[in-house]
Amino acid sequence: MTPSEQLHALATILVKEILRFSRIWLQTILPPAITTGLYFVIFGGLIGPRIGEMEGFSYMEFIVPGLIMMSIITNAYANVVSSFYMAKFTHSVEEMLVSPVPNYIILLGYTAGGIARGLAVGLVVTVVSLFFSELQVQDFGISISIAFLTAALFSLAGFINAVYAKSFDDISIIPTFVLTPLTYLGGIFYSVAMLPNFWQQVSLLNPILYMINAFRYGLLGVSDIPVGISYIIICGFIFVLFLVCLYLLSTGKGIRD
Amino acid sequence: MPVFQLRPISAPRMNLALRIEALHKTYRGGFEALKGIDLSVTEGDFFALLGPNGAGKSTTIGIITSLVRKTSGRVSIFDYEIDSQPSQAKRLIGLVPQEFNFNQFEPVEEILLNQAGYYGLGRRAAKQQAEHFLKKLGLWDKRDVQARDLSGGMKRRLMIARAMVHTPRILILDEPTAGVDIEIRRAMWAFMQEINSNGTTIILTTHYLEEAENLCRNVAIINAGKIIENTSMKAILNKLDFETYVLDLANPLHQMPNIEGIETKLIDPVTLEVEVDQRTNLNWVFCELNRLGIAVSSLRNKHNRLEELFLHLTQAA
Repeated sequence: MTPSEQLHALATILVKEILRFSRIWLQTILPPAITTGLYFVIFGGLIGPRIGEMEGFSYMEFIVPGLIMMSIITNAYANVVSSFYMAKFTHSVEEMLVSPVPNYIILLGYTAGGIARGLAVGLVVTVVSLFFSELQVQDFGISISIAFLTAALFSLAGFINAVYAKSFDDISIIPTFVLTPLTYLGGIFYSVAMLPNFWQQVSLLNPILYMINAFRYGLLGVSDIPVGISYIIICGFIFVLFLVCLYLLSTGKGIRD
Repeated sequence: MPVFQLRPISAPRMNLALRIEALHKTYRGGFEALKGIDLSVTEGDFFALLGPNGAGKSTTIGIITSLVRKTSGRVSIFDYEIDSQPSQAKRLIGLVPQEFNFNQFEPVEEILLNQAGYYGLGRRAAKQQAEHFLKKLGLWDKRDVQARDLSGGMKRRLMIARAMVHTPRILILDEPTAGVDIEIRRAMWAFMQEINSNGTTIILTTHYLEEAENLCRNVAIINAGKIIENTSMKAILNKLDFETYVLDLANPLHQMPNIEGIETKLIDPVTLEVEVDQRTNLNWVFCELNRLGIAVSSLRNKHNRLEELFLHLTQAA
């Protein structure tokens, strides 16, 4: 395929993905907005004032970046894992497999779809947060780039989950038992500086900690982790996961007999 | 004619649309689906690939279209090897699979637009192609309907339209008319004949052997992973040296008649089957039945000719 044909193929997959999650916005866009709104009400509005300030910000202001990032992570992941698994389940993935579209375009298309949903939901949650807190943006570039890269990373992770999934149960196991705990323990609701030294060191093994802190740095200008390290870790994960996904596609794992 | 033509690929010199050499496929678990098949289909042919269930037809098609990984052997499409030049080979193929494999929740037109996009067509060109083939297959007024709301026949036609949207030079149809009523089936036959007469090579697998006999010029029969017959339809039908007729009798018969040189079978008191050598004159058969006092009210073939031969070949193998 020529580069322009590859661009058409990429645009096709991206538009298909955007149309897919837009058509079912009641399942994809609205629930995260409601859930996060509840977090703002309960943790920020009711419990927050009793907690007091955290790293120089009100508790509500402190949790906003983490909650936005949580919605980006879960939705980017969910979009790719459900969409690609459904394509496998209905065999509609064969439409792409019989065509000349290269594997990396398929992967980029699904990743772009995951990023689109992650950022769309992140934007909705940001708008919801404005009802509860004033939005501060210390560094627009860092905020946007970290949100984008994190969405890309979890889209790729969702793709791997979808490739290996053999049933609908398999696409919910990782989000339930791995992603959600790591997200909650990634410093959405607290600063890791509050933890005993041992648990601070353990928390450093959680990659989501780096993303939430880098995003918090972009919005509030405070972070438990140097932002440069966060970029290196996120980009490193993206690189490795992209190669793993390409390898799985080239071997036909889960999609070719 | 299609509104849009794909970017031309350097014209192949040989006129082989498909060439398969020593193709083997062993699935995980050890099942050997293909045991070294060789097959050639010339450009412009209407080719039937027949075989009983589990013979290896779908595996062969799966390998040609890259859905199944081969164990060994070579496959080329218009001289483009699927291993070394997969992109060039794939863009020349259109596939109508046996099972519905589109997203049932997508609208009809969107399914075609997406497929065209995967082949590198821009949105505008894709829309023109989609309109052309949806109109051609009588689905234009259903373009905004979700695929799951189409009837079975419409879904089959949708898969044909989708396979044609990038104007392939070789169209592979894996049981395209399964479960389709006779009126739609005949309309689909007419469409297939039209695109074949316009130069598209067609490879057809079907369980309706009447369909293969009517449409195809050449045929291969595959059984247990091996090609057991590969010739022209005319030549294969000439091999049929017997035919079975079903006779409806005017009066009930309680004892099997014995006619020398003819195998008979009394199905019920008023239905008699006779297997007749093709060299035998049917008039003589009727004379013999008349001599025994058996009156025949009607006569029909038990199977169509290709079906008869197919059963004979596959059962013998």
